[in-house]
Amino acid sequence: MNLILFIFIVLLGFTSYYFGRKKAYTIQSTNKRLTALPQFYGYYLAIWCAIPAFIIFSLWAIFEPTIVKLLILSDYSNQGYLDDELNLIYEKTKALSRGQFTGEITPFIEASAEKYLSLRSIAQSSKAVIVLSIIIASVAYAYKKISSNSRTREPVEKFLKAVLFTASLAAILTTVGIVFSLIFQTIDFFKVIPLFDFVFGTHWYPAKAFVRDSSEALDPTMYSDTFGAVPIFAGTFFIAFIAMCVAIPIGLMSGIYLAEYASVKVRQYAKPLIEILAGIPTVVYGFFAALTVGPFLKEIGNSMGLDVSAESALAAGGVMGIMIIPFISSLSDDVITSVPQSLRDGSYAMGATKSETIKKVIFPAALPGIVGSILLGVSRAIGETMIVVMASGLAANLTLNPLESTSTITAQIVVILIGDQAFGDPKTQAAFALGMSLFLVTLCLNIVALRVVKKYREKYE
Amino acid sequence: MNKNKEQLLNKRYKAEKRFRLYGQSAIFMALLFLTIFIFKIFSTGYSAFQKTWLIVPVTFDAELMMLEQNPSKEDLKDADYYDIALKSMADLDPNANENQENELKRMVSYFFEREIKRELLNDPSLIGKTKDVYLTASDDLDQVFKGNYPRDLPEDQRRVTDYQLKIFDQLVELGKVESKFNLSFFTYPDSREAELAGIASSFMGSIFSILVCLMIAFPVAVLAAIYLEEFAPKNRFTDFIEVNINNLAAVPSIVFGLLGLGILLAVFQLPRSTPLVGGITLSLMTLPTIIIACRASLKAVPPSIREAALAMGASKMQTTMHHTVPLSMPGTLSGTIIGLAQALGETAPLILIGMVAFVNTIPGSPLDPAASLPVQIYIWAESAERGFVEKVSACIMVLLGFLIIMNLFAQIIRHKFEKKWS
Repeated sequence: MNLILFIFIVLLGFTSYYFGRKKAYTIQSTNKRLTALPQFYGYYLAIWCAIPAFIIFSLWAIFEPTIVKLLILSDYSNQGYLDDELNLIYEKTKALSRGQFTGEITPFIEASAEKYLSLRSIAQSSKAVIVLSIIIASVAYAYKKISSNSRTREPVEKFLKAVLFTASLAAILTTVGIVFSLIFQTIDFFKVIPLFDFVFGTHWYPAKAFVRDSSEALDPTMYSDTFGAVPIFAGTFFIAFIAMCVAIPIGLMSGIYLAEYASVKVRQYAKPLIEILAGIPTVVYGFFAALTVGPFLKEIGNSMGLDVSAESALAAGGVMGIMIIPFISSLSDDVITSVPQSLRDGSYAMGATKSETIKKVIFPAALPGIVGSILLGVSRAIGETMIVVMASGLAANLTLNPLESTSTITAQIVVILIGDQAFGDPKTQAAFALGMSLFLVTLCLNIVALRVVKKYREKYE
Repeated sequence: MNKNKEQLLNKRYKAEKRFRLYGQSAIFMALLFLTIFIFKIFSTGYSAFQKTWLIVPVTFDAELMMLEQNPSKEDLKDADYYDIALKSMADLDPNANENQENELKRMVSYFFEREIKRELLNDPSLIGKTKDVYLTASDDLDQVFKGNYPRDLPEDQRRVTDYQLKIFDQLVELGKVESKFNLSFFTYPDSREAELAGIASSFMGSIFSILVCLMIAFPVAVLAAIYLEEFAPKNRFTDFIEVNINNLAAVPSIVFGLLGLGILLAVFQLPRSTPLVGGITLSLMTLPTIIIACRASLKAVPPSIREAALAMGASKMQTTMHHTVPLSMPGTLSGTIIGLAQALGETAPLILIGMVAFVNTIPGSPLDPAASLPVQIYIWAESAERGFVEKVSACIMVLLGFLIIMNLFAQIIRHKFEKKWS
């Protein structure tokens, strides 16, 4: 029904475009000067067709369910039901009208369902009538306007500009969406668990919160020693540290080599090849870490008499480091190539070798950019999920031994939220609180890194 | 004194050589990782493209199938195939006792009944006759045949029994075991049984999510980029939008998953586990990538083009829409494809919005529950069965294949259609 109406309106839009243009040609044939190109007359009409339709459709989508619900529930209003019960009745009514109801059907609900269906069909047909009549009215109004040869290009362009502006708000809306989705659950979480326990507690056993009997009232004391995030934070930074131990030396040295030493040919092939590493999906790295690197490290450890967990932090961190190599190498390569040639020439003229020039002149000059690239790498390492989920442990141990397993923020979010979740459960809220801390940490890192890189670019431009 | 100088110079030259060597070894290490990685995936995965079949003579006994004289097509469809299927397996060893008959049955997939049925439906004249039918071998025997299963383990640690191995070896000797291209890997949906598991369901899930993602992200991103690059006044608000975009590009993907869960599922009540929600979530992630690419290619269009159009009397909007935007399209499109390739490999946000549910039907629309290729990799990688290891690698090969094709495509668009301004 909606689809047919939609197609009909689109067709109407095209026809009004056609009529608008035709009108412009007839005006032209009477030797009057047009105020804009003929197609603008068409666009003008089409916009007058689209805007009212869009407005009515969205208003309808917002208000129809509420009004229908009010009308249905008005039958029950003086029978002393609670709000929750009324909601339940309404849900039952909807399910029955869709034929998906499985419970016991009472005559009351059956009557409501019939009423619901009739209301829906009334709503649908009245929507069609209203939309069509308003569209026709507005198109007629616009047609009259273009007949008197008033301006059409300016309004059309203004409208287009408004559309462009709205699209550019999408980025802000996404950020707002992220903050909103995180903040309410996080606030609810901190109502049950004190912030202090979360930030400084050293025991993380979210499974404990799940065993609770749902009939019991929420008892905050039950959750003490359950949601202490220190082991998680420590594990996150520890694994990120291991990753950076792999990524910084290799990434930085290959960046320097590509920028300063490599011949054009080597650069042409080596650079894209290294960048392939950045294009491989993280789940593939996770599989590689879990299937190959983990058992390999365990074997080596066992042959040296060390007790290595198959899900060691070293395996996850090491593979994550490999993933980050291209980020650091590409960015530092860019940064080093943009150091002005005059600095190099000056150093060579003083008799310095190439490596001395790099170490003493170019590296200090490029340092802010390199630090920025490393910070971006750290932010990636902290936010990386699949490698840790698949290759590192899921139990949160507070340890600094790279051969044991630890867990990270991202892994815990996945562990908690995989499968069905109940909103309102402190365990689910804990995941959102973790997500909030992850978002804040990476946000700070990104802002600092982007600012450092930008400052650096400005310096040499 | 002179000697000291020479020593110093030698030392400096040596340091120079060492430093160069560090650089070379760093590149070498990075490339080595890549090689090991690809080698490992291919060496474990290539065997999944072959599937082992047992060729078993089946007698289509009308009596056992409960068929009457001259059955219609409907009768054939409703007939009982289980008994003849069971009997033909049991007939492999005439002296088998009841336990062994059970083991014989487990040498093939639980699909064997349907495979026999398909054979008869293709050729109804087979009733009363005996024919060799290809039956899918169980995943353990499949692995044995491919040499991935250690046969020297003690029997109680193996999932194949000695008896099954004995019969299997006899069949191999008779040439009744065949390895053929594994078409079902591409046409079957996911399954709990490794020998029947395919990527069709997750592949369709990926396609649908990417389409939804493209349909939302591309128009919005291009419009936003046009506004920011061509129309936006230089003020605080524009700066704020820009900071937002750059930050969003670096926000961890799992946070977008939380957004999908907290807003799309909880507030808007969109259906769980569907490519629709997955696609919307991915589109939010891809948005900044496309905006940045589109802005870069708009910026690369030389001002002379705009000035020429304006001088001819075109309005600002006409200049942008008729000249600047079409010229920037190659760069925008290749950026879009690269963004979609990233979205195609994304796993974590899809897990959070429930696309990990076990789906054993092929989704027909973005509103059906589905998995996606990377999520399928995750699901199979977490399964304990040996047969899934090669499936994971094969699935990775398919996924990497798609990513390579997309990236090549982006390169071609960029090099073929992009105008070089000099």
